[in-house]
Amino acid sequence: MTAGMQHISRSAKLAVMAWLAFLLACGLIISRSTFTTDLSAFLPRSPTAEQQLLLDQIRDGVASRIILVNIDGADAKERAQLSKQLASRLRQDPAFVSVQNGEPVNTEQDRAYFFNNRYLLSSAVTPARFEVAGLRDALNESVDLLTSPAGLMVKSILPQDPSGEMMHLLGQLTSAKQPALSEGVWASRDGKRAVMLVQTKASGADTDAQEAAINRISKNFKDLQTAASKASLQMTGPSVFGVKARETIHSEVTWLSILSTVLIAVLLLAVYRSVLALGLGFLPVISGALAGIAAVSLAFGSVHGITLGFGTALIGEAVDYSIYLFVQSRQGTVAHAQRQTQWLKQFWPTIRLGVLTSIVGFASLLWSGFPGLAQLGLYSIAGLITAALVTRFVLPHLLPQQFSIREVSNLGMILSKLVQKANAIKWPALIVIALATAVVVQNRQHIWNDKISSLSPVSQTDIQLDASLRMDTGAPDTRYIVVTTGISREDVLQNSERIGNVLQTHKDEGLLASYEAPSRYLPSLASQKQRQASLPDVETLKRNLAAASVGLPFKTDVFAPFYNAIEKAKTQPLLEAKDLVNTSMQTALDALLIQPNQQEQQGARWSALLPLTANPNSSIDAQRLNADLQALNKNMNTKAILVDMKQESDHLYAGYLSEAIKLSVGGLLAMVVLLLAVTRSVTRVLRLMVPLLAAVITVTAGLSLFGQQLIILHLIGLLLVVAVGSNYALFFDSPKRDAISPSTLTSMLVANMTTVAGFGLLAFSKVSILQAMGVTVAPGVVLALLYAAIFAPASSQKQQPI
Amino acid sequence: MSFAFHAFRPALYRPVLMACTLCWSLVYAPSIQAAEWNIDQLMHGLAQIKSGHVSFVETKTMAILDRPLVASGDMIYTAPDKLEKRTLKPKPETMQINGNQLLVEKGKQKHQVQLQDFPELAAFIDSIRGTLAGDRKALERNYLLSLEGSEASWTLQLIPTNSKMKQVVAQIRISGVRDEVRSISITQADGDSSRMLIEKIVPPKLAAQ
Repeated sequence: MTAGMQHISRSAKLAVMAWLAFLLACGLIISRSTFTTDLSAFLPRSPTAEQQLLLDQIRDGVASRIILVNIDGADAKERAQLSKQLASRLRQDPAFVSVQNGEPVNTEQDRAYFFNNRYLLSSAVTPARFEVAGLRDALNESVDLLTSPAGLMVKSILPQDPSGEMMHLLGQLTSAKQPALSEGVWASRDGKRAVMLVQTKASGADTDAQEAAINRISKNFKDLQTAASKASLQMTGPSVFGVKARETIHSEVTWLSILSTVLIAVLLLAVYRSVLALGLGFLPVISGALAGIAAVSLAFGSVHGITLGFGTALIGEAVDYSIYLFVQSRQGTVAHAQRQTQWLKQFWPTIRLGVLTSIVGFASLLWSGFPGLAQLGLYSIAGLITAALVTRFVLPHLLPQQFSIREVSNLGMILSKLVQKANAIKWPALIVIALATAVVVQNRQHIWNDKISSLSPVSQTDIQLDASLRMDTGAPDTRYIVVTTGISREDVLQNSERIGNVLQTHKDEGLLASYEAPSRYLPSLASQKQRQASLPDVETLKRNLAAASVGLPFKTDVFAPFYNAIEKAKTQPLLEAKDLVNTSMQTALDALLIQPNQQEQQGARWSALLPLTANPNSSIDAQRLNADLQALNKNMNTKAILVDMKQESDHLYAGYLSEAIKLSVGGLLAMVVLLLAVTRSVTRVLRLMVPLLAAVITVTAGLSLFGQQLIILHLIGLLLVVAVGSNYALFFDSPKRDAISPSTLTSMLVANMTTVAGFGLLAFSKVSILQAMGVTVAPGVVLALLYAAIFAPASSQKQQPI
Repeated sequence: MSFAFHAFRPALYRPVLMACTLCWSLVYAPSIQAAEWNIDQLMHGLAQIKSGHVSFVETKTMAILDRPLVASGDMIYTAPDKLEKRTLKPKPETMQINGNQLLVEKGKQKHQVQLQDFPELAAFIDSIRGTLAGDRKALERNYLLSLEGSEASWTLQLIPTNSKMKQVVAQIRISGVRDEVRSISITQADGDSSRMLIEKIVPPKLAAQ
């Protein structure tokens, strides 16, 4: 290269210097970039209130912090022992806030919290309850209970709680379906596995912390296992999936980029027979990739792993420009400099138009409400512009004086002959396109995969294990959640109490199986004060109770502890969140009462969640509940909304899909407009678009026939097919109306092969998003080239111009 | 997307359930004559009984009350692990134990729990079912057994071996005539007691013959 450098002119020096400075800048930006792999990049940027809740829950909700642990193999006894030992270790680890495996760890604290604070917690505490009539009712009920099988419990607490507040509190608690027990710990339904629910302290969005937590569970399990043990450990849950996805994407992107680079290098080496040419040819690609990452990093603050994976495939596209330069300027025997000038004159305008077409196509993605798609768009634009500019303004100056690649005219001649014959299969091709169109129309209902899970990089086996663990641990399906917001904890707790009253009505009427409410564990201060004020003084209480127990079988001195309890409750400090520490209700409260994020600016709000459980095999009366909540909102300003999580996620994805379709169509239209503006000929634009659209339809039909439903990334792939294919169509549709040269044909074939190599590898990826792009682009660009050749205007096939 | 909101453990039901089972009892039927009268013979005889329907009268004596409380109703046992106790007086209330499920119905209220969530309770229920099913091994897992009297009038005494059970129950005495259980007396650790007298309604063997 040094030999070439000596001949570099001043402007050339400037171009090279500018390029090097640009690369340095990109390198600097990238070195400070953060890389993410969580799927939130593929969730909307400006969601509705309901979607926001959904997204918060996905990213940071308690569910995102739950790890489901499965112990398989060995016998029930060993599994139970491992479960107990593992749980005991994790309970001592501050990284975990709760470990549930069926052992009764918090029972005593839970009971003490309810019993000691019963007069502040019970919604039944009113002044009337402690008058003669109220007490007499309660005592009569107590006699019934003593007679009934529940007598023993009542007997032990009756002297302290004759008004039955403890029973009232217990009656409110829902007894959700409990997991099966085997050897004292939770087991799967079939009894063949031990199961455990672990909640991490770290947020689900903190993938590093989640990874550390998962590794800690694994390590503890391995330490506990004896050498001969046949037990094995599996984990699932959103955070586990997040960590796995990151690992998968990381390893996939690594092997994909290495393999596609090697593959393309081998391909180019076979064509060029020159290591120097190969190295030089990769310069625009590397520059483009760096520019793409840097641009995304600057615009979005972080770069998604998927964007990088996509970038590796784009190598196959960006390398095309240097292929065009090397192969097309190869022709003739004229001097090096002249050849380059000729190339600039003859081919650069076509390539420039191709690049512009691709750019306007991808520019539509920049408007996407989903940062992930916008990233792909920006990456492509920055990468392609840079690769094209480096090829045009830098690469020619770097070529040594005697730079030459292998003679490829033999291949060119063969291609030339083939192309001349291509026109003959015009009709069969039209039939194929017609059939493909029929297939697409026929399957139009099933072409799109409407499940948001289709984007997930989680494997099907993991999803199945997760589903079965959720069943086993009885993690309730909380499809419906009532949400309320407020300016303070007190505010949302008061709202929670009011909404709770509405929900209780629905429950009493049998419209709901149960509901949860944070105010059940921590009533608002207002309610607590009110209840405290309802309690009578001891003298009044003694008098009322004496009058109430006339004729009942109680011994006279039995209720002394009751007087003490009331006296104490009248002045006891009101309950705060800290009083729940070390009880099972603490985790419940954490899940249901959400504090505003301190990093967020002012106006951040508290919110409370009230998850509903529908009756088995039936739905809730959403319409009536909505109406009741609206009435409540109007009267009490509770700001309650009923969120149907399933419906919201469906809406989210539907919006996502329709937006992507609109953007792609918009991109396509933009390409057409650009081509019209440049060519100023409707027929020419039509000729250019026919092979591209034919390729899109054929690929779509093919995917449909192979049973692959399209997700958003297939769509991006189709857009890419049009973008790449536009180069081919433009070459075949040379404005000069002379025959397409053999070397141009060769360059197109090589460029096509590198694109197929780059994207074809993605088709073997385990990450569905990458796989979708691979299976679309690889066959798509081949078809685009074939169709472009078949439907090329007669002029380029040495026939009469049309 | 499923959200695993913390499922609150109904551990607080435990005392209720303990109480429930303390009141459990069941039943009997005619027997085969044995050469030697011992626990094995008693168990063998009880094991022949596949189902029974009895009426009961239960009297509870408690330190906090100045007079005993009385309840009555009927019970149905189906071998090996199904028990239903229907209290009719003074207030209707039904309890069903079917395998590992315990269901309590009182008025409109229903509570269902898994017995295995409460190991002590499960042990207790197994003792009653163990007696009715004549399963000595199951009984000896949690109780020390001793038999008094003759085949014509026997009393099986069960003393808990588990320290947690001992805190609640001092002893259980089950009396009977041949293969019929006639009474179940439970003495609680705090001195309160309950005594359930049992009378057969339809002797299944006779009915079958």
